[in-house]
Amino acid sequence: MGESIKLFYNVDGHDFVSCGQASEDVKRTLKNIGFPPEVIRRVAIAMYEGEVNMVIHAAGGVAEVEITEDAVRVALKDSGKGIADIEQAMAEGFSTAGEDIRELGFGAGMGLPNMKKYSDEMKIESTVGVGTNVYLTFYI
Amino acid sequence: MTTDELAKKLGGQIICDGGRETAGAYAGDFLSRVMGKAPPGCAWLTVMANVNVAGVAALADIGAVVLCEDVTPDAPLVQKCAENGIALIRTPLSVYGACKLL
Ligand SMILES: Nc1ncnc2c1ncn2[C@@H]1O[C@H](COP(=O)(O)OP(=O)(O)O)[C@@H](O)[C@H]1O
Ligand SMILES: [Mg+2]
Repeated sequence: MGESIKLFYNVDGHDFVSCGQASEDVKRTLKNIGFPPEVIRRVAIAMYEGEVNMVIHAAGGVAEVEITEDAVRVALKDSGKGIADIEQAMAEGFSTAGEDIRELGFGAGMGLPNMKKYSDEMKIESTVGVGTNVYLTFYI
Repeated sequence: MTTDELAKKLGGQIICDGGRETAGAYAGDFLSRVMGKAPPGCAWLTVMANVNVAGVAALADIGAVVLCEDVTPDAPLVQKCAENGIALIRTPLSVYGACKLL
């Protein structure tokens, strides 16, 4: 694999049911390239959490993925309501999700903690009323 | 454990057989908790029966979904489990009752 592979996805903010398509596609791509299953699993779960967050908290966004020989970089960008207190949002169990969302199994307040747990590097940029960018890096 | 063995142990009905063996189990309904804690290749016991269960199982390399308390899976859940080689089993047992037998 000489050059890097770049992937781009629009994440539909109204579709709770089929959300996760971008993560599923990235998982398939990494599998075809022959990445180690353990790395693929980490990328798939962390990216899915980011996708879900854009759908349930931000009315959708975009996902940009760059795959190189030794790393996967994922950027999740939305123009949603933003996060006022990132430290609080990162706390295990903290969630602002409503009951309708929790009934679907989302909203455990473990999404950002899972993204942190499964990535090697994580950076959040967020401005209230402007949007949120989350950058995840995974090394082989 | 094969899907047959798992279903037999839990008095369950096989809705689809992923054709994989499972090792270990995890019980829970919140998707993020499952993705954070369930070991790859395990059986996942839950009462959630929407399509996101299959999405999570596929992304987290879960081998089998066990629907407890005879909850009825949504049609898209069955389809997505089949597409992704994930076994789907339905049992009348509670999650606790099923855990006791594993
Ligand atoms: N992209 C986002 N835009 C706005 N708010 C977000 C975003 N991602 C996370 N949040 C906020 O951070 C909280 C914690 O996120 P997370 O750990 O994923 O838990 P959950 O999604 O289950 O609520 C959310 O409840 C929400 O308030
Ligand atoms: Mg979340």
